[in-house]
Amino acid sequence: MTTVLVLAERDSSNGTVKKTTLELLTLARRLGEPQVVWFGDQGSEAASVLGEYGASAVHVVGGQDMADHPVVPIVDVLQALVAELDAKAVLVPSSADGKEAAGRLAVRIGSGVITDAVDINESGVATQSVFGGSTVVHSTVTHGIGIYTVRPNSVAPAPAPTTCTVVDVDTTASEAAKTARVVERTVAGKGGRPELTEAAVVVSGGRGVGGAEGFEVIEKLADSLGAAVGASRAATDAGWYPHLYQVGQTGKTVSPQLYIANGISGAIQHRAGMQTSKVVVVVNKDAEAPLFELADFGVVGDLFEVVPQLTDEIDSRSN
Amino acid sequence: MKIAVCVKQVPDTWAEKTLSAADSTLDRAAADGVLNELDEYAVEEALQVAEAHGGELTVVSMGPERAAETVRKALSMGADAGIHIVDDSLHGSDAIATSAVLAAALEGRGFDLIVFGSESTDARMSVIPAMVAERLGIAQLTFAQRVSLSGSDVTIERVTDYGFDTVTGSTPAVISVVEKINEPRYPSFKGIMAAKKKPVDTVTVADLGLEAATVGQAAAWSAVEDFAARPPKPAGTVVTDEGDGGSRIAAYLTEQKFI
Repeated sequence: MTTVLVLAERDSSNGTVKKTTLELLTLARRLGEPQVVWFGDQGSEAASVLGEYGASAVHVVGGQDMADHPVVPIVDVLQALVAELDAKAVLVPSSADGKEAAGRLAVRIGSGVITDAVDINESGVATQSVFGGSTVVHSTVTHGIGIYTVRPNSVAPAPAPTTCTVVDVDTTASEAAKTARVVERTVAGKGGRPELTEAAVVVSGGRGVGGAEGFEVIEKLADSLGAAVGASRAATDAGWYPHLYQVGQTGKTVSPQLYIANGISGAIQHRAGMQTSKVVVVVNKDAEAPLFELADFGVVGDLFEVVPQLTDEIDSRSN
Repeated sequence: MKIAVCVKQVPDTWAEKTLSAADSTLDRAAADGVLNELDEYAVEEALQVAEAHGGELTVVSMGPERAAETVRKALSMGADAGIHIVDDSLHGSDAIATSAVLAAALEGRGFDLIVFGSESTDARMSVIPAMVAERLGIAQLTFAQRVSLSGSDVTIERVTDYGFDTVTGSTPAVISVVEKINEPRYPSFKGIMAAKKKPVDTVTVADLGLEAATVGQAAAWSAVEDFAARPPKPAGTVVTDEGDGGSRIAAYLTEQKFI
């Protein structure tokens, strides 16, 4: 059986398995037998859920030494395991770390790399959604093994239970890894909400929100739905909402089940970051706002009337 | 201090981008070419480092003939000299080959810092800075929202999903910067005039000691099988709020089983 390596992504707050890891496992099973690479503690605790989604082994890379350096330790371990297990493909999450590790690994082992895949079929053909979702591309790696970075929310995780063996990887940071060191980790985001790029529901606000205080109604709606909050570039440029939450061509790309855009006109800059959302709801005062073209359901009206009413309705239905 | 900033010419951010039917590469002729927006932050950051610590800034770009405009743009912002890698054999190069070409152009020139934007707005892979650091065997300090230097020590704030990591390394180092790290300056009239006289080295793949057969589309390690425009979304329902707009969305979301 062909081995496929999957780099686990862990929840930054509690270290547990993130849903993206299960999505990667679901895709990896189409190519072979997945084995997971896990950085940090709680690897043996994670083995049961990883096994439930088809991982036959989890390689646990413990030790502070490996955690203290960005990206390169991931490349070192993946390179060693590709050789040791004769892996035929490597799937990593499309995070900053994941993409950079994939790129370096590709250079190091002489393989092609495909970033931001939204699907991978049994033959290794990746689907990518490029130019802000306006074009769908099918591509393949034609040299070496297939290295893919996969976007969150690309596939529904499907269980395929198997026994997952825990393997401890005993290694220390390489000289290349030691060229950069993490000295401090700072939590700066607004806690308590799902991460923007992997949330099932995203509620976002733009120019029409009018100011920082206006984002309160956006946040309330988001919380009623258990959603992440996003913002257009106009809103983040104006300083109304932190830049970390910008959705768009120069910000985050999201692909949730439901995207609710409030007071966002829908320039290409913004559409590029949310066009592949499954269901889009748009609220805007301006009936001519281009984003209505993408709306499955739209309301032309004042968001400060419409959004609180919607929040109340959701709250009353769930009570 | 010797600083390099790597920039890319991309189709205007606001233009619709398409792939060419002939060879599935980005149709660069279909839109105006501009300096990649995220690279403007890189140029600005590099200029600020050069101004604060003293040094010379070289702008490096790989791209077709007209990418010379992009090199000039960075020169007009204040960079001192340019290297433009232009060669027909480069058309259709993948990230692997692009990183090899850039690394070859950068290597051996004694750069202490090599600055990039964190991604290009066309390909959006975010892998080139890391690949170049891998090839040159130097520190990778990327996705920086803040850069500070003290002697040969470089410290950055690397943006993460939860906030940022403070990461340190030593020169020589590869840095990539995110949007909003600074406010890129506009070229002044004086800057634009001065840029016309600044030296730009035009180099070919052979000048860099690379074989033409190792770059370009034929040598790429990934290939596009096919592509298509995303089918247009069927028109949805748009209603005008008559005091019940929120309730109507709630009804729609219930019907779609979101609530």
